Amino acid sequence: MKRVAIIGGGTGGTLVANRLRRQHPAEALEIVVIDRDDRHVYQPGLLFVPFGLEDPDGIVRSRRAQLHAGIEFRQAEVDRVDTAASTVHLGDGESLDYDALVIASGAKLLYEETEGLRGAGWDESVFGFYSAADATALREALTGFERGHLVVNLVDMPIKCPVAPLEFCFLADWFLRERGVRDQVEITYVTPLDAAFTKPVAAEQLGGMLEQRGIGLETEFATGRIDGAEHRLVSWDEREVRFDLAVVIPLHGGAPFVERSPGLGDDLGFVAVDVRTLQSKVAPNVFAIGDAASLPTSKAGSATHFEAETLCANVERALDGQEPRGSYDGHVNCFIESGFHKALLIDFNYEVEPLPGRYPEAHLGPLPLLRESRLNHLGKLAFQPLYWHVLLPGREIPGVGAEMSMAGKHAPPEQGGQP
Amino acid sequence: MSTMTYAGTAVDVDAEGFLLDHGQWNEQVAAEIATEAGIGELSERHWLVIDFMRKTYLESGAAPSIRTLGKVSGVPIKELYELFPKGPAKLAAKVAGIPKPRGCI
Repeated sequence: MKRVAIIGGGTGGTLVANRLRRQHPAEALEIVVIDRDDRHVYQPGLLFVPFGLEDPDGIVRSRRAQLHAGIEFRQAEVDRVDTAASTVHLGDGESLDYDALVIASGAKLLYEETEGLRGAGWDESVFGFYSAADATALREALTGFERGHLVVNLVDMPIKCPVAPLEFCFLADWFLRERGVRDQVEITYVTPLDAAFTKPVAAEQLGGMLEQRGIGLETEFATGRIDGAEHRLVSWDEREVRFDLAVVIPLHGGAPFVERSPGLGDDLGFVAVDVRTLQSKVAPNVFAIGDAASLPTSKAGSATHFEAETLCANVERALDGQEPRGSYDGHVNCFIESGFHKALLIDFNYEVEPLPGRYPEAHLGPLPLLRESRLNHLGKLAFQPLYWHVLLPGREIPGVGAEMSMAGKHAPPEQGGQP
Repeated sequence: MSTMTYAGTAVDVDAEGFLLDHGQWNEQVAAEIATEAGIGELSERHWLVIDFMRKTYLESGAAPSIRTLGKVSGVPIKELYELFPKGPAKLAAKVAGIPKPRGCI
């Protein structure tokens, strides 16, 4: 019997395991999911924790419990992958041979890559919100924060959910207004990019929203070190931003076993794959999905979800000895919380940047793209139960196709659209 | 796409001035791009970075990130910011005649 090994029991690993299980009876295909722990975090929920809008325990469930019957869950560290031998070496000294391997091991937060980040002032004036523990510690600090300079700092791309730092700024503005202390707090978003966001049309819209809310924007600031004792961020070119409370999004990298597996990863430890087929560049029976993959698209759950269709088909093709098909187009869509019970929605792919318009239907929508609306906020809230009950089990979300559609999008004239 | 002339050589560039064909690059082209970008005369340290960028790109098909530059090129990140102010990975790529590092989003 053939075996598919899946490293990582998060969004990508779970979704792929469940989809494959539904397609192939347990007598025909063995599926093993490996993860070092049994805590599956609904990561979009982390953004809400610091503002008391989400309970940190409410966004964590058992990884094992999300897997369909007939999928083996193995709790172990991965030491390395020997792609030539098609073997995964586990941390406990055991090994597992595979016919096809799916790497879904996500991204790791590399606090240690930024000098001083977890040094003096960590959990006192310097915080994060990209893990449940960090977000919970920040909640305590924000509750008592009433005056001073709140700085939100993106250290460098790529990060998971690239819009989350901006959403954090919008929600902080709202949170402080609700508490009547906004006029005593200065908020600044400090980014290494040359604008609020990477893509021009969305960057202009999102930059405008920062301005409307009186949130400062410091661009091209490449954080070299964090001096918590002196309450300042120092850039590589010796610029300085002083803060009373800093919220830092640390550098990201791939899982450590990727670096220990020759040829598998790129220079940040993300798995080097073909951007259309998701097949590894070193072995035809190895694939990567989601945050673990080195793809020029967002590291986001929606991208992972859209990749799954291509990936599952190509795993099946690899098991049958066939060539993969290149059908993933880089499609992502994300809700961007903007506070005051509103959100924006963006939908894009490798070629098309986020544009205004309507989604998923051209005229009917009902969701407006790149514009704040209550309906988008409700969409964001509605997504959490869909995540656990529809997306992870491997069912289809009605109306949301894996391939991006231009229907309803307004392209700027230079991209061939009507002015 | 447009065409620029550096050191008497016509080269094709994108909207931000990155060479579209690294084969059109030579050392004089690099020197003129550097002058235009306000870097001034290229030192031995600049060339170390430029050569590393080109080598990495030609071998792997992708420009190295600033983290890789700092770890592997032999030039520490702090010095990279002195050599190529503001965005070393981006600016060094431009001078090295390779595409803009992909802004991953």
